[in-house]
Amino acid sequence: MSEFVSAGRLERVMKAGHLGVTSECGPPRGTDPEEVRKKGMLIKDYVDAINVTDNQTAMTRMSSLAACVHLKLLGIEPVLQMVTRDRNRVALQSDILGAASFDIPNMLCLSGDHQSFGDCAQGQNVHDLDSMQLVQTVRHMRDEGKFLGGDDIKRPPKIFVGAAANPFADPFEIRVPRLAKKIACGAEFIQTQCIYNIDKFKEWMRRAVDRGLHEKAFIMAGMTPMKSVGMAKYMKKKVPGMDVPDEIIARLSGVEKGKQAQEGIDICVEHIQQLKEVTGVAGFHIMAIEWEEKVPEIVERSGLYPRPEI
Amino acid sequence: MIIAEKKPIEEIIEEVRNFDRILILGCNECVTVCEAGGKKEVEVLASALRMYFITQGKEKIISEHTIERQCDHEYLEEIRKDIDNYDAIVSLACGVGVQFAAEKYLTMPLLPGVNTICLGANEDRGLWTERCQACGSCVLARTGGICPVSRCAKRVLNGPCGGSTNGKCELGPDIDCAWQLILDRLKALGRMDDYEKVAPIKDWSTDRAGGPRTVTREDVNI
Amino acid sequence: MRLKIPTNFRIVRLPCTGKIDIIHILRAFEKGADGLYVVGCMEGDCHFNQGNYRARKRVEQAAKILDQVGVGGERVKMYNLSSGEGPLFAQYSIEMVNKIKEMGPSPVRLAKQKMAKQKKVTAA
Repeated sequence: MSEFVSAGRLERVMKAGHLGVTSECGPPRGTDPEEVRKKGMLIKDYVDAINVTDNQTAMTRMSSLAACVHLKLLGIEPVLQMVTRDRNRVALQSDILGAASFDIPNMLCLSGDHQSFGDCAQGQNVHDLDSMQLVQTVRHMRDEGKFLGGDDIKRPPKIFVGAAANPFADPFEIRVPRLAKKIACGAEFIQTQCIYNIDKFKEWMRRAVDRGLHEKAFIMAGMTPMKSVGMAKYMKKKVPGMDVPDEIIARLSGVEKGKQAQEGIDICVEHIQQLKEVTGVAGFHIMAIEWEEKVPEIVERSGLYPRPEI
Repeated sequence: MIIAEKKPIEEIIEEVRNFDRILILGCNECVTVCEAGGKKEVEVLASALRMYFITQGKEKIISEHTIERQCDHEYLEEIRKDIDNYDAIVSLACGVGVQFAAEKYLTMPLLPGVNTICLGANEDRGLWTERCQACGSCVLARTGGICPVSRCAKRVLNGPCGGSTNGKCELGPDIDCAWQLILDRLKALGRMDDYEKVAPIKDWSTDRAGGPRTVTREDVNI
Repeated sequence: MRLKIPTNFRIVRLPCTGKIDIIHILRAFEKGADGLYVVGCMEGDCHFNQGNYRARKRVEQAAKILDQVGVGGERVKMYNLSSGEGPLFAQYSIEMVNKIKEMGPSPVRLAKQKMAKQKKVTAA
């Protein structure tokens, strides 16, 4: 964790010892870049970098790479999310080169939701590599300066590479070994699935710290504010790998409909305040899907604004 | 074995509509075991087709025959002497048999009567499930005998993914999470330490991606 | 028991309804039968354990096929009774025959008759 591997701010903020803050933006289901720019402008002063999702839930959207370029051209630092579902190793390496040609400094490697969840359920999937092997690939291209095939890369990419972790998926006992594996493959930062079960997350974190994993990678806690009790119930029942405790649902239903959104934001802020105190938490990844306008409030009230000068 | 499923009869009716003399050709191996294309299924299909066409005012000749298997020259040769009695053959063999028969009888329309589904096992009476994708480079020793290529919907080689829930795949509660199975197995074998070994990037060139595959044994070909 | 039952059906005796295969049902209709019913032991009382369960599934399958080819799945049905229930057998027989009468002759039989007539005409 010494010299910088990318030209990005996210890496520098966390290596300087500050809590990193990232958020997320989903590209539009169309060709208008203005939608991407608008979301970016809303939150750019409140975060160190913005993740751009890659055909999330397998719904076809503007490509993550293109949207990242739009952000970069506005002076906003993106995190390129790349799933292994849709591209083989030729295309994956190619897109990494494309991203690096625009000096996009961060990447998050994921498997991706199965295509049957999206709008092309009849399509093929690729999974030539899995998410861990993709992390290895980025590191190989960056540190060895070589393609998977062995040839040299002209002007190797300088990318700070991350992976996702889900402390709430089954089986729980291998979630930390899995985190260890991703870090062993070369992941330098981790963004977790959104956290509602603070106790379970603390247990996961404790095990990770036990193994010293927090010193090998920056672990960022994922946070998503609930908009309504309906959303909470949906996430509890219908989203695989999501853990929403009943207390959250109770708290939200105890409030009249018009005030639930604010309650959801309050819960999110409280959780961030709690997690700031937990050893090993290196930052927060705030995913306010289609609710980006609330990110400034969350960051401010959590005491994470203004972003540090580095 | 190869698992296949009967095609809907409506589809077969369309396939044979314009032919007058049809042979329904069954296979005594895999499709018999998965009850899709053996002697019994041949009889039932032939009878059903006869009744359909009679009620349409068309009396077609629909014959029945089942051979040992349709993927070997010697068995397919058995029907050569009668082949001129037919205008078309509906083969209830798997895709392999249909094609092999078509290659042998170049001028005879060969129509498939089943949909070939997968390589699998007979888990229970009436239940056949996929086990192998014929990737050409077997990793079962590393994964405790459970295949992540055929049983994981995303063929994750370093699993499980974040969607695994209660031992089931994110696709649904009736699909086991292959990686949960692998972990259970590694635990039972006392090999949990193997879990953190990173499986390397796979060579898919032996898979279908590398092109149609061939196996040769020079030593048995005199 | 000297009960009144219709006379226009043939009884085919089997050691157990489990002996029936789908093809037996289909062949009967292929030969022109208008209806077919399978009479087996009460469920749970099969002398050979599960024969009547197998029969039920096969009857269902055959009915499906008969529907698909336009003959009519309603023409085949399974009944369960114990061997001592003579009056019930009579009742089921009457029920079945009446249903088939209502449905009319099997399309296969009609088609075969029509074909036979046409052949006679061309021959003459």
